[in-house]
Amino acid sequence: MSYLYYASGLALITLAGLAAQPAFAETPNEILASIQKEAAGTPGFQGFSAARGEGFFKAKHGNELSCSSCHTENPAALGKHAKTGKVIQPIAPPANAERFSDAGKVAKWFKRNCNDVLERACTPQEKGDVLAYLLTVKK
Amino acid sequence: MSISYKNFPRAVAVAVLAMSVTMSVAQADDDRDERYGEEHSEGGSGKYGGENRGNPLQPAQINAKFQQECSTCHIAYAPGLLPAESWRKIMAGLGKHFGSDASLTGQENKEIAAFLVNNASNRWSASTAPLRITESVWFKRKHDGHEISPAVWKNPQVKSPANCTACHPQADRGNFNEHGIRMPR
Repeated sequence: MSYLYYASGLALITLAGLAAQPAFAETPNEILASIQKEAAGTPGFQGFSAARGEGFFKAKHGNELSCSSCHTENPAALGKHAKTGKVIQPIAPPANAERFSDAGKVAKWFKRNCNDVLERACTPQEKGDVLAYLLTVKK
Repeated sequence: MSISYKNFPRAVAVAVLAMSVTMSVAQADDDRDERYGEEHSEGGSGKYGGENRGNPLQPAQINAKFQQECSTCHIAYAPGLLPAESWRKIMAGLGKHFGSDASLTGQENKEIAAFLVNNASNRWSASTAPLRITESVWFKRKHDGHEISPAVWKNPQVKSPANCTACHPQADRGNFNEHGIRMPR
């Protein structure tokens, strides 16, 4: 009879393993979709553009910093903090599976970094364009 | 080869003498300040005019949120490096954190601030609360011209006095032990 206990225990563990949530709460595409929902509310919204996102990422916006000041011109490469020199892991999801996998973390860093670079919040259009661009960057 | 014990008492005496000389040299570690800190203090009472880092510099268990949130741009500076009031001021002004927006959610801020304040320097008797570790008297004394050649600060690998790991390889673990210092070339 004991084999029944073992078998059911094994079944339970297998099921638990299969049902286990993946380590990341969201995928970059899910996050892009939720930014799109935000942007859709804006009049005249016509979707995201990776080309526009690339231009936005690399440009200065009235201040000394651009996104690429820390994340470099190649978002698949290691970045470096402009002030402290601390190494920053690649920001492009194709090069770093951890990026854009946590909506809270994405919101936090857009808030901080857009404040630093643009002295304002990024619009959903801008965020979407940038993410669309980052998703196209080859490793 | 057999050992002669004829001169054993003399050998012991020499050994004890050598050891005590070595020990006094070893105790002269932590330089002038151990002996003269009290007499030559800045104005406040005690060593370094009351602006002394804590001992220990950080607890054995580091708050995980603090470690995670405060080491993306620089090392997570050990809480014992500053007094509680300094940490309160830092945590109240994260939106303008030395030129960057480092803001946290309310919950994260509360948790990290509590950890820092509860583990701040236990040897800071002055009423001062500098925002920068590098502005404290203990830091300035430990890194002054007697200790460190001015050329070191110009080394591009060092970049800034806030870059502890340039010379203290274990700074990110709160370990600044004198014997672990490696000056970059």
